[in-house]
Amino acid sequence: MSKPAWHPTASLQALKARAELYQQIRQFFASRNVLEVDTPTLSHGTVTDVHLDAFSCEFNHSSSGKPETLYLQTSPEFALKRLLSAYKTCIYQLGKAYRHEGQGRWHNPEFTMLEWYRVGFDHHTLMQEVSDLFKAVLDVPDTETLSYQQVFLQYLSLDPLTAKTAEIAAVFNRCNIDLSDDYPIDRDGMLQLLFSYEIEPKIGQQMPCFIYGYPASQAALAQLNEQDPRTADRFEVYYKGAELANGFHELQNAEEQRKRFEQDNRLRNTFRLPSKPIDEHFLAALESGLPACAGVALGVDRLLMIKLDAQHIEDVLAFPVARA
Amino acid sequence: MANFSTNEFKAGLKIMLDGEPCNILENEYVKPGKGQAFNRVKIRKLISGKVLEKTFRSGESVEGADVMDTELAYLYTDGEFYHFMNNETFEQIAADEKAVGENIKWLAENDVCTITLWNGSPITVTPPNFVELEITETDPGLKGDTAGTGGKPATLSTGAVVRVPLFIQTGEVIKVDTRTGEYVSRAQK
Repeated sequence: MSKPAWHPTASLQALKARAELYQQIRQFFASRNVLEVDTPTLSHGTVTDVHLDAFSCEFNHSSSGKPETLYLQTSPEFALKRLLSAYKTCIYQLGKAYRHEGQGRWHNPEFTMLEWYRVGFDHHTLMQEVSDLFKAVLDVPDTETLSYQQVFLQYLSLDPLTAKTAEIAAVFNRCNIDLSDDYPIDRDGMLQLLFSYEIEPKIGQQMPCFIYGYPASQAALAQLNEQDPRTADRFEVYYKGAELANGFHELQNAEEQRKRFEQDNRLRNTFRLPSKPIDEHFLAALESGLPACAGVALGVDRLLMIKLDAQHIEDVLAFPVARA
Repeated sequence: MANFSTNEFKAGLKIMLDGEPCNILENEYVKPGKGQAFNRVKIRKLISGKVLEKTFRSGESVEGADVMDTELAYLYTDGEFYHFMNNETFEQIAADEKAVGENIKWLAENDVCTITLWNGSPITVTPPNFVELEITETDPGLKGDTAGTGGKPATLSTGAVVRVPLFIQTGEVIKVDTRTGEYVSRAQK
C-alpha cells in the first residue's frame, strides 16, 4: 500500500483500463458523428458559481504589455459554447479540468472531464444518450430516471418546490444534521445537504440514477422548464455513491445569463467570497446565437473508479495532487 | 495548541469541540458539483465517550486538543484517587473516579493501562484488553455439566461480576475480555 512517494498510485492495469475507456468514448462519439474538439484550459474568463473556485495564475508576457490573470478552467463549458455559437455542430471534449478545492475519495483538484453538446437535443434526449454511453462502457443493463421532487417526497416527505424554508429547516433538524457554528447555510444549502445525506446513499445503487427538474434557484446554466418554471431543465447522474454527471438543456438567452452571473456575484458577497469577472466572450457568443442544444459534463476518473470497483480516486490516477 | 483546517482532518486527529477534547474517527470530504464543500466527520468525545457526526464547512479551522496516550501501571487507590506509575521514569499520576469510570472493576495491581491525558491531566483510563483476576465467590457448579450451558455469575477480586462456565470454582484465576466483560478462559499458569 505505502509505495515510495515518487511511485504512481494507479496500477498498470488501471492505466490500461483508462486508455481503453478513452478509446471506447471516442468510438462512441465517432459513431454518432460528434466532433472531438480541444479548447484552452487556461483562459481569461472563469465561472461565477458561488461554490466553484478556479485556480488562477499570472501571465507576464501578454501582448497588452500588462500582467494578466488567467484561470484554469473548471470545465470547458464556455469555450465549447463559443464553438457551438460559431459552428452550430455537435461537439465533445475529453480533457483536463481544474477545481481549487479539497481532496477526498471522489475528489482530486485536477481531473479528467468528458463534456459534450448535442444540437437540437433537450435534457431528456440527452439523458437517453448518457444512458447509452453507460451501457457501452460500463456493465449496466439499464438506468432509471426520477425527478428531484419525486425523490424528496419519497425519502423525506418534503416537497422541495413548495416547502417554506422553515419546513425544510424542520426536516433538516429531524435528520440530526449537526453543523459547526461556522457553517453558513441557506435554503439551497439545506436542500443540497439533505440530498447528500438522506437521498444520495439510497439512489443509484443497482443502476445509474438520473435526477432531473432541479429547483430554479439551482438552474446554473440550464433553461427553466416551460411547463413548470419552478424547476430547471438540469439533470445529474448518481451511481454507486458517485455524482457522475451534470447536464443542462442549455440556456440560450444572453440577458438572462448575465443576470444569473450578477446574481451569483451578489450571493458570493453574502458568503464573504470575492466577486468574479464575467466572461464577456461567452456572453457575446450567446448573444450572437447559441443553437438550441443540451450539454453534459461527466467525471471520467469516477467513471473509471466504478468500472474498476476502485475505492479511492488515487487508485485510477497516475499521480494524485499530493504526489504531483 | 495549534489550529487545524478541515484539509488536515484525518482519523486519529484530536480536536476541541464544545469545550471537550475529541478524536476524529472518520472524515469524508463532500463537494456536490454545484454545492458547498463540506467535511462530514465522525467524532468521539473523549470525556463523555459519546460518538457523534458533525458537518464542517470545508476550509474552516478548529482548535486542536492537547491529548496524548501514555502506558502506566496501576498501583493502588487511596479511596479518592487512583495512582498510576510510568514503569520507566517512575513518575506517578493520579486519576480521579470520573476518569476511571466503569473501568474501576478491571483495575488489578501492576496491570499496564492506557491513560489518556488532556492538558496533562488524565481524562480516561483504559485497562488492558485482557486481565486475569481471581474469583472470590461463585456457586459450586453442578457435577457432570461440562457443556457450560448458560453458566453462572462469579464475583472477582475487583468486584466485577462475570458469567463463567459451571465448572469454574471459587479461588481460580480467570482471563476476562474487558471490552465485552466476558469470560475467556482459565488463566494460563
